[in-house]
Amino acid sequence: MKVKEEKLKLTRNQWIRIIVALAVVLAVGACGKKKVASAPPPPPPPSPAPTASLTANPNTIPAGQASTLTWRTDYATDVTIDQLGKVDPSGSQAVTPAESTTYHLVAKNDSGTQEATARITVVSSPPPPPQQTSSGTDEQLFSGNMKDVFFDYDSYDVSAQYQQVLQADARFLQQHPGMKFTIEGHCDERGSTEYNLALGDNRANAAKQILAQLGISGDRVRTISYGKEKPFCTESNESCWQQNRRAHFVYQK
Amino acid sequence: MKKYPVILSMLFLLIAASLVSAQDWIRTGTGLGVEKVRLAVPDFKLVTTDTGTQNLSAIFNVTLWNDLQTAGIFDMVSKSFYPLSVPGAPQEVHLNDWSSPPPNASMLAFGNLAIQGGSLNVQGWLYDTKNPQSPQVLGKQYREPANDANARLIAHRFADEIILRLGGGIAGVAETKLYFVSNRSGSKEIWQMDYDGANQKQLTHMGSIALSPHVSPDGTRVAYSGVTKEGWQILMYSLELGRAVSFQHFGGDNYSPAWSSDGQTIAFSSSRSGNTEIYSVSSTGGSARRLTESKGPDVSPTWNPKTNAQIAWVGGRSGLPQIYTMASDGTNVVRVTDQGYAVSPSWSPNGQFLAFAWIRHYGPGAPGASDIYVMDVASKQWAQLTHEEGRNDFPSWSPDGRHIVFQSSRTGRVQIYSMLADGSEVRQLTTAGENTQPNWSFK
Repeated sequence: MKVKEEKLKLTRNQWIRIIVALAVVLAVGACGKKKVASAPPPPPPPSPAPTASLTANPNTIPAGQASTLTWRTDYATDVTIDQLGKVDPSGSQAVTPAESTTYHLVAKNDSGTQEATARITVVSSPPPPPQQTSSGTDEQLFSGNMKDVFFDYDSYDVSAQYQQVLQADARFLQQHPGMKFTIEGHCDERGSTEYNLALGDNRANAAKQILAQLGISGDRVRTISYGKEKPFCTESNESCWQQNRRAHFVYQK
Repeated sequence: MKKYPVILSMLFLLIAASLVSAQDWIRTGTGLGVEKVRLAVPDFKLVTTDTGTQNLSAIFNVTLWNDLQTAGIFDMVSKSFYPLSVPGAPQEVHLNDWSSPPPNASMLAFGNLAIQGGSLNVQGWLYDTKNPQSPQVLGKQYREPANDANARLIAHRFADEIILRLGGGIAGVAETKLYFVSNRSGSKEIWQMDYDGANQKQLTHMGSIALSPHVSPDGTRVAYSGVTKEGWQILMYSLELGRAVSFQHFGGDNYSPAWSSDGQTIAFSSSRSGNTEIYSVSSTGGSARRLTESKGPDVSPTWNPKTNAQIAWVGGRSGLPQIYTMASDGTNVVRVTDQGYAVSPSWSPNGQFLAFAWIRHYGPGAPGASDIYVMDVASKQWAQLTHEEGRNDFPSWSPDGRHIVFQSSRTGRVQIYSMLADGSEVRQLTTAGENTQPNWSFK
């Protein structure tokens, strides 16, 4: 990212220099050679490579609710977002994706293409009613109903939104008192290895404690932290990092 | 931005000056008038050799030169300045040729190798070129079975003798080891290598995840943390037996072990209470004693190896992780860093400094780099050793306090590097796979 920005600055500087140089040449030419027929006009300078940014706010929504995509581009002649088609150079639009979606923006002009992405994570809420045990194994039933808890950066506080998710999880667990499970704490790749292990444990324990308040016995629960050792998503961007900051429920056989 | 290097270098000079007054062996590399010993080391003369063993001579010469150069206390005289005929024995030395320009050396290390009947014999001398009456500072003889490992071993030993004599009586580190984590076998396992990156060797074969190796002060065991059926546990690898040995298991997740320098106690982080806290336990096992009590994460303890009366660690009680110190019974908590994201402390052997990784300017719009810093514990003055080349983390001091080993992503994948404690003379030690969390042996 940083490298790209620097490249961009360079090209901008270069363009300023070229334009200044052109202006000087033209001015000198105009003064010294008034009688000579003017040279054919230089081709218009190509515009600089486009820049682009795309954000989603909020970037995590319950199913059926809307999030606002906001994008901004410079120098682009053609801007498209995969899911929306051709769009204005800058703007915003409300979207209601049915499932977690990565929005992909492409800004183009003659001298290049710039891409930007933003991910909206859709959390199923309320969860579908538990299915009959006959329709799948306990493990499938568990993973189909237990929703993970996601966290802010460097935080192990469970937000109001995920308190609700945990309430639904607790209802499912109360209906299936025989199930034991593990809560895995995960972190994104940015923190340091050992600190992330500790942070992951705090996340797993935060989820465990809330479930305990909702009546789920600690005897059914094991916790383990994987820090940043077992990421769900391995790209270096916020939408991916967000996927990795979680307390993940795993059925215990 | 332009003012920044100036301020930094002024700060650095301040700290460097305090270092110099406290310990004359710290080299600052900032031209404070502390002259390094000008040392000439001509290749040792190969007297006789068995067929097929010529390479031992080259291994010896390269290793000896590398050890002396890495030591950080010598100004190594370039070989292009040497007289055409180099001595292999005392009677062949013409001190004048070495003490006067162009070599202008104040010390001369020379000697010879003989490889005969499967044995490697090395004679080495250290001469003071400015003392013609009695030039010999050191004279040593070594004899080992002729193989690559012994050519390196003899070079290390002779280098350490020279460093001990000329480096203020502080033992060199040429025979020390580094322990680290590598994923080159497919999973994260504990590995060992020589201090210069040679002889890399896999120790554990867990097949899950092994992290945070810390070798015992006597060099017989490596404590590390690994994922077991009971979650993360502190595990032990016996270097004498060449296999993992049992160590007490605790409830919850347990990781980041650290040895006190007397080998009696291990501090570590455990989540057994629900929060991660620092505990200490006898290195022979027993009941663990809780040292911290806070809601936030507490991890990565390191002992003050001079006194074993203090522990520094990383706490998240105020938000982003910061370095704290406390007495080894958990009292007298002091916050050391005042901003940013500070992790992975390592306490210097003399007890004076903490090395750690710090993203000093942290937050939106200031995506700082993680760099290695050294802080004087008493005054809280700090110096930055790495400068925004990739992400740098997990510094660990050499036993002589002259070097720091650390991990860095400066070439893309994270690898292990060593440097002098002033940030100069950076050397890459690993290349295969990803290599992290280096730990320097106590001796």
